[in-house]
Amino acid sequence: MLRGLWQLTWLEIKIFVREPLGVIGTVGIPVLIFVLFGRMFGSAARRGLQGVPAAVSVDLPILTSILITTSAVLSLVAIIAIYREGGILRRLRATPLRPYTILTAQVLVKLLFTAVTLAAMLLAGRRYVAMDAGVPLASFTLALLFSTVSILSLGFLLASLVPTARFAQPMGTLLLYPMLGVSGLFVPVASLPPMLRAVARVLPLTYAVSLLRGIWHGEGWSAHIGDVTVLSVMFLAFTAASTRLFRWE
Amino acid sequence: MAEQPVIHVASVRKTYGRTVAVDEISFDVHPVEIFGLIGPNGAGKTTTMECVGGLRVPDRGRISVLGLDPRRDVYALQERIGVQLQEAQLQKRIKVREAVGLWASLYRKPVDGDRLIEQLGLGDKRDAWFMTLSGGQKQRLFIALALINDPELVFLDELTTGLDPQARRKIWDLVRGIRQRGKTVFLTTHLMEEAERLCDRVAIIDHGRIIDIGPPAELVRRHCPERTVIIVTDDPNAEERFRAIPQVQSVSSAGAQLTIRGRAGDLVTHVIQCLAEHRIHVIDFRTELPTLEDVFLKLTGHMIRD
Repeated sequence: MLRGLWQLTWLEIKIFVREPLGVIGTVGIPVLIFVLFGRMFGSAARRGLQGVPAAVSVDLPILTSILITTSAVLSLVAIIAIYREGGILRRLRATPLRPYTILTAQVLVKLLFTAVTLAAMLLAGRRYVAMDAGVPLASFTLALLFSTVSILSLGFLLASLVPTARFAQPMGTLLLYPMLGVSGLFVPVASLPPMLRAVARVLPLTYAVSLLRGIWHGEGWSAHIGDVTVLSVMFLAFTAASTRLFRWE
Repeated sequence: MAEQPVIHVASVRKTYGRTVAVDEISFDVHPVEIFGLIGPNGAGKTTTMECVGGLRVPDRGRISVLGLDPRRDVYALQERIGVQLQEAQLQKRIKVREAVGLWASLYRKPVDGDRLIEQLGLGDKRDAWFMTLSGGQKQRLFIALALINDPELVFLDELTTGLDPQARRKIWDLVRGIRQRGKTVFLTTHLMEEAERLCDRVAIIDHGRIIDIGPPAELVRRHCPERTVIIVTDDPNAEERFRAIPQVQSVSSAGAQLTIRGRAGDLVTHVIQCLAEHRIHVIDFRTELPTLEDVFLKLTGHMIRD
């Protein structure tokens, strides 16, 4: 039963907005990166100039989208660690709120801000980045939210294992940013050394990048059944693992 | 008691790894009483309360709360109990009325949140963030949250720890108010004064075991029957007169001050009669009664705060 889910979600949104630094970090920075790189390399990409890395030209929307997801995950890990350490989870748990309601509310908040950031990014950057009429925005938003949910489940697993709030942020950063490196965003997965290729194959970001990139460039969902399947399986696996390992205090 | 106990705990044991937190604990809490579990930190109070509240599963033993099994019927039970937990916090930037509103939305029959906020003296803090509240205000908010569903039974864990005496007194009044509205209160404290002033009955717990249960005054009578009368007098014969009272066990003097000790409950009466009979001139007169603190020391061999 989801009694209290909407109240809790709405409250968490308000509480999140009350911390200006958090909002700037999650919403402002990806938008800023998007606009800056878009200004610097956007026109070069349009003219098809060589020497500009694809990650900051043609793939810029993908890069920033992945950054949005990553910061959502990091913020989730931090919030859960703080809530656990401060006894907030403990207090909420002693009410008729079901544990998964508490966690679902957090996921909904993250998804909302992911969508808001994406919208802000597209609005602010539309002058600098080639946005052909062909970009399927609705599909792309859906793909981003789907990828975020899947990667958030990894965040839950992380949050289940990280003992204190102080470790949560650096641990998350250590885990997520190297993932970005092999995700295929900067170097195609196919041209990675075999070892790293194997690593890339087991990380969710790789599939998220492939899915987002495909959808942005106008490919259909049917071309990415594999990505969707892997992300779904990872979501189920991480969620199952974190329900077993999750500690409330 | 003819009435069904509100809480029935029988032979409960709970271990964490190799540490035995509570061992063979048994007690009943009766309707509309304030029942206190008292003992030092680490004695097993919180563990016991968490087992009773359904937050932990005991390894052994039976617990029944309002006729329900706190483990199996935890969600049914949560509608009928209110809980304040030790060391719990809320989101830093949640407002008082938002917290109360959220809690109200979680229960089937909540009371009026705004009135509750007023009753607990938080009216002018309605829109304040949790992080800006004082310790006493936070605890009053937690009491409000524990009362939002109009519970039959309220759990209060170390409610006044870390509060100044004034805030503490205010909280005590609130707790008495809860009982006056016909509810049962189950609390833990390591403050003997709090237990003595607030609780109808207490269970003394030490190293995971219950040592004795009863009304505070009765426990004091049972374990510390000594009475002490201290008299300051300039009558040189006074000491001799007091020694002649059969109920007096010892008289010691320090200058003009005499300390008279005895075990009889009517020691004071006998001393006053003696004063009147011999027309002893009294400069000062006071009695000293043992407290729960003394009972605890006697029963466990150590002070409650060590």
